[in-house]
Amino acid sequence: MKFTWFHLMPWRFLANDFREKHRSVWVDLPRTMYDPKIGHRLYNDYLDQLEFADQMGFDGIGVNEHHQNAYGMMPSPNLMAAALTRRTRNANLVVLGNSIALYNPPIRVAEEFAMLDVMSGGRLIAGFPVGTSMDTNFCYGQVPATLREKYYEAHDLIIKAWKAKDVFAFNGKFTQLRYVNVWPRPVQEPHPPVWIPGGGSVETYDFCADHDYQYSFLSYFGYIAGKKVADGYWEVMAKRGKPLNPYSMGFIQTVAIAETDAQAEKDYAQHMDYFYNRCLHVYNGFADAPGYRTVKTIKAGLLGQVGDLAEMLRQGLKWKDFIEKGYVIAGSPKTVREQLRHAMKELNCGHLMLLLQMGSMPPWLVRKNTELFAKEVMPYMRDLWKEWEDKWSPKRMPQNEISVPPEVPFHRAPTNGRVKAAAASAEARSAK
Amino acid sequence: MKTTVKVLDGKFDIEMLTVGSGEPLLFLHNSFGLLPAEPFLDELGKDFKVYAPHFPGYGDSTGGQHIYDIFDAALFYHQLMDELGLESANIMGHAMGGMLAAEIAALDPHRAKKLVLAAPEGFWIDSAPCPDLFAAMPADLAHLLFFSTEFPMAKMMSTLPTDNDVLQTIYVERAKRFATAGKLVWPLPDRGLKKRAYRIKAPTLLLWGEADRMVPPVYAKEFSSRIKNSKTEIIKQAGHMLMYEQPEAFVSAVKKFLKG
Repeated sequence: MKFTWFHLMPWRFLANDFREKHRSVWVDLPRTMYDPKIGHRLYNDYLDQLEFADQMGFDGIGVNEHHQNAYGMMPSPNLMAAALTRRTRNANLVVLGNSIALYNPPIRVAEEFAMLDVMSGGRLIAGFPVGTSMDTNFCYGQVPATLREKYYEAHDLIIKAWKAKDVFAFNGKFTQLRYVNVWPRPVQEPHPPVWIPGGGSVETYDFCADHDYQYSFLSYFGYIAGKKVADGYWEVMAKRGKPLNPYSMGFIQTVAIAETDAQAEKDYAQHMDYFYNRCLHVYNGFADAPGYRTVKTIKAGLLGQVGDLAEMLRQGLKWKDFIEKGYVIAGSPKTVREQLRHAMKELNCGHLMLLLQMGSMPPWLVRKNTELFAKEVMPYMRDLWKEWEDKWSPKRMPQNEISVPPEVPFHRAPTNGRVKAAAASAEARSAK
Repeated sequence: MKTTVKVLDGKFDIEMLTVGSGEPLLFLHNSFGLLPAEPFLDELGKDFKVYAPHFPGYGDSTGGQHIYDIFDAALFYHQLMDELGLESANIMGHAMGGMLAAEIAALDPHRAKKLVLAAPEGFWIDSAPCPDLFAAMPADLAHLLFFSTEFPMAKMMSTLPTDNDVLQTIYVERAKRFATAGKLVWPLPDRGLKKRAYRIKAPTLLLWGEADRMVPPVYAKEFSSRIKNSKTEIIKQAGHMLMYEQPEAFVSAVKKFLKG
């Protein structure tokens, strides 16, 4: 079993009346809500947390791409990953990933991923998501009906650019290049492992099977709801005669650990509520531009993560519901160990991506959650799937050839008054 | 009468409504597509032979996957007219269809005998942005598209059925149609018509509802300044869906113009 510590990097200070005052956390939320000085602190806190995860022995640290939103503040995950190459040593850099249809030309991604792979000594996992409808259609103006075709073409170009021995010309429908010649070449031959994050589009299963990519199902509805998608994926793999190797699948799960089950509720309940009811508050009109999902996917009845239907299902959900529905696996280390093991077996999943910072969780609680997971849960799950080979993790440079930056004394940032004030004002509003 | 026209040996199978007899009149629908019944076309059919094709991706028309951009779309219509034997015809289009009609006439000025553009898209004015129809919810449609939100069609479009299967059918249909429209008008309905509009030589009637909130009437000025041989008529008590909200005024304006 492999573990990736995944960060969404949310804005932590949306007011309690955010839902009433604003139609969407994504696309058209007011820019004035963003305070760059608080943003400065949050980026630093969040990078600290990813670096801490590296020190605690997680196999991977994960970042992703989203635009124009308070749900996740990483328009460019590559910048975050670049910062992490210098201050982490062991963890794989799981960039999950770059929405490749948005880059013009898409070899930009081939270049930046190759840079990250070289900088990190071969620790990169290259994620190629299509991207949400909010990001791709509404923020980046892509034509919904041709987005997937553009995505596939971008993929073909990037892979060809990574594999090519010589300069070549590329005559695509969306991109034409006379000279493709990506410098640098990635450390990993012929290229870093590719993970395809999906939200449940049925086309993605076949795409993964075609190319032997890892399929990462990124859902916030937890393992119980995720079973439907996982089963669909394994069904396709079985039909295609592929081995049902658990490492060919990744799943994201929110986990919240404390000393006891009761303490977990005390520590985390408000932050989960913040995530599900504020960070996912997306205006229905932005959830799914016509043509973004294929008719086949719509008819398969796979529910989107955001929008009215999803929001209706979450309406009024409390901590107890989050636990019962499996959105969050929470409690004492013992509770979490048992449930998580059960969940991973149910899903036949080898790459567990963990959301240990969620919503408004402050740094101390993230540290606690991370530490408890690393010490009290991870060691007890390591043995799962040991009979399978993980073909989807990086093959890095030999340790003795890795450059190590000199130690820099680490000074904690001074207390940031703005962060405290923002937290206080959000709380004051919630008290009203 | 409903017919199927094979274009380019079946690359496109086009479902087409033909009504009436007389001088040919090609009608290009908006991004919602043709309705099961189109009384304003029946009325026009009394004086013209109306051809109303469903654009590829709409109705039973196939071949949407071959259309990537405005040129593919305009050339498709040129091909369709060729195969229908319409060397030159009156062309009328509404909204997205108006944009297409203008493009057809700009690409080959001889194709359009006369041109009727009803609340056409095709331009973008920063100070008068068109609302985003792709992000609009059904509840918003009545206000966006009609003068009166009490108009029966406005109410119908703004109300979702409660039956889940019907709802899914509507959802799939909307996805199919708007997905096609997106290739021509997303994210903004400006594909460079302003560079080509000077080539439109046909006498052109610009028809606008006075309360069009989708393509505000200020766009009529943009069109009339760029199409030399044009005149503008504003229809009272009508919004963007002018031919449905004021069918009599609409039909009489079109007839007067085409016959005059």
